[in-house]
Amino acid sequence: MTVIGWIQIILFCAIVVALVKPLGWYMTRVFNGERTFLSPVMRPVERGVYWVGGVDERREQHWLTYTVAMLLFHVGGFALIYGLMRLQAVLPFNPAGQTAVAEDLSFNTAISFITNTNWQNYGGESTLSYLVQMLGLTHQNFLSAATGIALAMALIRGFTRSSMRTVGNFWVDVTRCTLYVLLPICIVYALFLVWQGMPQTLGAYVDATTLEGGKQTIALGPVASQVAIKMLGTNGGGFFNANAAHPFENPTALSNLVQMISIFALGAALTNVFGRMVGNERQGWAILAVMGILLVAGVTVTYWAEANGTSALQALGLTGGNMEGKEVRFGIVASSLFAVVTTAASCGAVNAMHDSFTALGGMIPLINMQLGEVIIGGVGAGFYGMLLFVVLAIFVAGLMVGRTPEYVGKKIEAREVKMAMLAILVLPLMYLGWTAVGVVLPSAVASMANAGPHGFTEVLYAFTSATGNNGSAFAGLTGNTLFYNLTLASAMFVGRFFMIVPAMAIAGSLVEKKSIPASAGTFPTTGGLFVGLVIGVILIIGGLTFFPALALGPIVEHLAMNANTLF
Amino acid sequence: METMKLQKQVTASTMLDPKILVPAIWSAFVKLDPRLMMKNPVMFVVEVVAALTTIIFVRDLVTGGANLGFTFQIILWLWFTVLFANFAEAVAEGRGKAQAESLKKTRTESQAKLLTGTDRTYRMVPGTSLKVGDIVLVEAGDNIPSDGEVIEGVASVNEAAITGESAPVIRESGGDRSAVTGGTQVLSDWIRVRITAAQGSTFIDRMIRLVEGAERQKTPNEIALNILLAGLTIIFVFATVTIPSYAAYAGGSISVVVLVALFVTLIPTTIGALLSAIGIAGMDRLVRFNVLAMSGRAVEAAGDVDTLLLDKTGTITLGNRQATAFRPIRGVSEQDLADAAQLASLADETPEGRSIVVLAKEKYGIRGRDMHELAATFVPFTAQTRMSGIDAGASSVRKGAVDAILAYVDGGSPRTVASGNTVRAVAATMSAEAREIQSIADEIAKAGGTPLAVAKDGKLLGVVHLKDIVKGGIRERFAELRRMGIRTVMITGDNPMTAAAIAAEAGVDDFLAQATPEDKLKLIRDEQSKGKLVAMCGDGTNDAPALAQADVGVAMNTGTQAAREAGNMVDLDSNPTKLIEVVEIGKQLLMTRGALTTFSIANDVAKYFAIIPAMFLAFYPQLQVLNIMHLASPQSAILSAIIFNALIIIALIPLALKGVKYRAVGAGALLSRNLMIYGLGGIVIPFIGIKAIDLIVAALGLA
Repeated sequence: MTVIGWIQIILFCAIVVALVKPLGWYMTRVFNGERTFLSPVMRPVERGVYWVGGVDERREQHWLTYTVAMLLFHVGGFALIYGLMRLQAVLPFNPAGQTAVAEDLSFNTAISFITNTNWQNYGGESTLSYLVQMLGLTHQNFLSAATGIALAMALIRGFTRSSMRTVGNFWVDVTRCTLYVLLPICIVYALFLVWQGMPQTLGAYVDATTLEGGKQTIALGPVASQVAIKMLGTNGGGFFNANAAHPFENPTALSNLVQMISIFALGAALTNVFGRMVGNERQGWAILAVMGILLVAGVTVTYWAEANGTSALQALGLTGGNMEGKEVRFGIVASSLFAVVTTAASCGAVNAMHDSFTALGGMIPLINMQLGEVIIGGVGAGFYGMLLFVVLAIFVAGLMVGRTPEYVGKKIEAREVKMAMLAILVLPLMYLGWTAVGVVLPSAVASMANAGPHGFTEVLYAFTSATGNNGSAFAGLTGNTLFYNLTLASAMFVGRFFMIVPAMAIAGSLVEKKSIPASAGTFPTTGGLFVGLVIGVILIIGGLTFFPALALGPIVEHLAMNANTLF
Repeated sequence: METMKLQKQVTASTMLDPKILVPAIWSAFVKLDPRLMMKNPVMFVVEVVAALTTIIFVRDLVTGGANLGFTFQIILWLWFTVLFANFAEAVAEGRGKAQAESLKKTRTESQAKLLTGTDRTYRMVPGTSLKVGDIVLVEAGDNIPSDGEVIEGVASVNEAAITGESAPVIRESGGDRSAVTGGTQVLSDWIRVRITAAQGSTFIDRMIRLVEGAERQKTPNEIALNILLAGLTIIFVFATVTIPSYAAYAGGSISVVVLVALFVTLIPTTIGALLSAIGIAGMDRLVRFNVLAMSGRAVEAAGDVDTLLLDKTGTITLGNRQATAFRPIRGVSEQDLADAAQLASLADETPEGRSIVVLAKEKYGIRGRDMHELAATFVPFTAQTRMSGIDAGASSVRKGAVDAILAYVDGGSPRTVASGNTVRAVAATMSAEAREIQSIADEIAKAGGTPLAVAKDGKLLGVVHLKDIVKGGIRERFAELRRMGIRTVMITGDNPMTAAAIAAEAGVDDFLAQATPEDKLKLIRDEQSKGKLVAMCGDGTNDAPALAQADVGVAMNTGTQAAREAGNMVDLDSNPTKLIEVVEIGKQLLMTRGALTTFSIANDVAKYFAIIPAMFLAFYPQLQVLNIMHLASPQSAILSAIIFNALIIIALIPLALKGVKYRAVGAGALLSRNLMIYGLGGIVIPFIGIKAIDLIVAALGLA
């Protein structure tokens, strides 16, 4: 590890933290329906959207109506992507002449993009037309992100409102989020990316003649517009197969830094929105501190592991850490940081091959996802996921101060605990359960590129990534098979919606409760004790769940590697 | 606080009482009935897997499997785990049972004198045949057949059966002492009682069911905690059932009994085993404090209380005002005033009157005089005259409310003064003496006292300062409540000025002066609308609506039947200060659950380090590094973990029954303290415990 490396990491963290307050302030205004500097431009558009959709923006919804609206919205999103992929051969904007995508792959991809996972069992440039990329994928990138934020808003309203029945209007939240937050940032952001050298064209692929005289097809397309939202909305689905490692998808060190910041920007700012809405910004900072500490711990381990390399590499005379599978223009620090950030935030874009990380270095991204994608997490999703853990932490700790536990004025009772448990429960069911099937079913085992613990990790990583709606791939696993297309789709679906529905039930239950003023008998949720407690609960509940699997994957691989056994 | 210490000693001694322990062992086996076990999801799961592994063991025994000795030991400890949990519950129940036995003795079959007409004619009927609304006669020596309300007469009643207090209490019709309890005995005189409770639902019946634990319903937090524990159990099902597949991939296999051992050690058996014992013990602690909670919900609500409404009289101040000073007007000596005041109070049996006699003696050495020697007649206090005194020959002495005495002196005869405004209106025309009396009286009122004017033979002498005596130590109790985050509000009928002075002296946070029952009810509703939980205690019929509205309503046992039915707790000692202890017990109950849950979950870290390497060692020898406790062998590691898991239940029974000590230090400090002990301790202790057991297991050659 080097001082320069740490300066890069600290700089990254500082910029993210600096953005929290202004973004939080702005988003709070947006979701409270107040005027912003974009209102003169966006307000007419917003009204138009409601007029077309027949939405009465003043009419709020019960949590069930809100949830049903959200689910219907996704049925539409699914049909759109699936239809586009199956029909792309006959639709316009297909200069490369891509043929119809297979049924199971289309199914997997459609689920993947509506759940904000963006797991890709296809190579973008070799499978999809520009139309599918833009109308299907980019469009869902916006809306699945807006959905996550809208749901977080509904849950926040559960905490802030007292004795009410409604949690907001789903259509209004999604529209406002898209028009006032995602779209404006992405327009500026995409222009910046173009400046950095990213293509933005509807033109056909270009053929180049190489120095040896060979012919190489260079894939192009409307890249910048898709990459902007892919990062900002923590979608992570790459335009190209190589994702952010591709020079057209992440041309420079500066674009790399900005991409990492944009992964975290909205998720981190949501903690501030929460703080502002509950009337105490410190509540938000406390949550951000929980996320921040877990992140820095993860970065430290991965950076340390990658910078130190392995004894096997050193035996070959390779010094300077593990550069296998990393882009030279990013190096070890930016690759390690990117890997931790993208998995912490449920983004899933990758600028290096996680499969080529050292055993321990690659274990951190895995743990980040297994903890439930709550370290910043997906936009909105990370926040409500974190609040589920907070509910559990507060419940156990709250009992220890001799009161019915309460968080920001709301009592945490049987219903909240039940729903939080339900949401947290389905995650291990998906990634542990499917892994158990995947490592013994002969047809699934055939997909593995490596044997032993490393192959095990590849499978575990795939299901964990899908369940956590991350979408990053460890690589090394052939995912485009019937088994993986269907099982991964089920993991993505359950990981998204089986978490959302209980979280919304909590919102619905909380919003009806009275707000209780804090007293000296109330456990303060703004201090270090609270931060430590939540971290402890996340690590212990998470850790207890996946420790056996980790022991058989990266841990044993690491120990074996030290004993010169490689897989 | 002394009673508290006494209770603690009782707790400590009964815990080791063989009379409870021996039947508890038997009942631990009876409770293995799956229908009973179902109520406790975590332990039910343990029982199921124990039964399952037993079947597998028997099969292996017949077909001849390997490692039978090891398997047998694991199964043995699985059953012990279940039995220990049942034992903990049985011990907690046993303590209540002993109390229920003694209560049952009082519920003897008795005959009742059912009144048949308006006169005192009655016929004897069995007590059990009485219906609600029947009117019975109870005479000296009779047992009161059922709960009821005195509608005529006064009697002294021995209520030792329910309160344990042998001094008799007065029960009379009308007023706030009209409720009688079935099973108590009338010692003198007679009363007519209207029966208010049907057989089987009397106070004693309810009390018996309560202490026996038969009526115990799960409290809201207990339900929530059970959900959490069930959820964790399911997570560990996923974590363990997937392992065989992972192992198969790695080319190994893991026996069912080892998987079961891992599963049982991981699921929160410690708290699961002790959860119901904690609940029972919490109710039991209240009963030992002579408080009967009508529901577990009320006990938990007590821990959550934000606002405490306390009646001034009897709770904050001693019941009676006491004379503390004689304030003569100019030209009158203190001695003369004291003398006159003492004369006026000679025959006055009220505590105020007696305190004047006492003060006169203490301060001025004026001895008690005999009314007969003085040939004096006593003029008692009435609501009309609002003064009392004596007439001795031509001389007359009066003491009473300032306006009443002023009117008496002014008009030569007592005159009713309707309100303070009238006094002010006539003040302009008052004599200098009257004005001086008025200004002294105002001064006293401002200081929180009650002025009592004294006049002799139509001449004003001065004012006696009666003071509300704030109970010793009450200020500290309120400070403690404040640290708990509980706001105290004093309720009094006094005027705001007096109330403010007493509130300041007692250190309450707020007060409600000149309070009517409606004011009280309104105050409770206001607090509740702000999301606060309110506790109060009361005894009178007019307290009933407020008691019913409050989240925690503690009715005094001496109170009316209406009050007793409105409240969700009854204090058998009728000591309003006890509300504070009730709050502490409520908090203790929640804390004990939280602490043991934390401990239970934290334990899992060490168990993983014991079992995971042991489990996978056969095919991944590298994992030996994780065996940081250096346990002797894979088998001894697994056995030690499961033994520790079972024994910790037994070790924590005393804590579950006694409860985690509550300290009023603020939530943050309390939490960090408990996290250190039960969180950090929960991580560290099993490492030590498992290692120690492993040493023994290895030394004995058990595995």
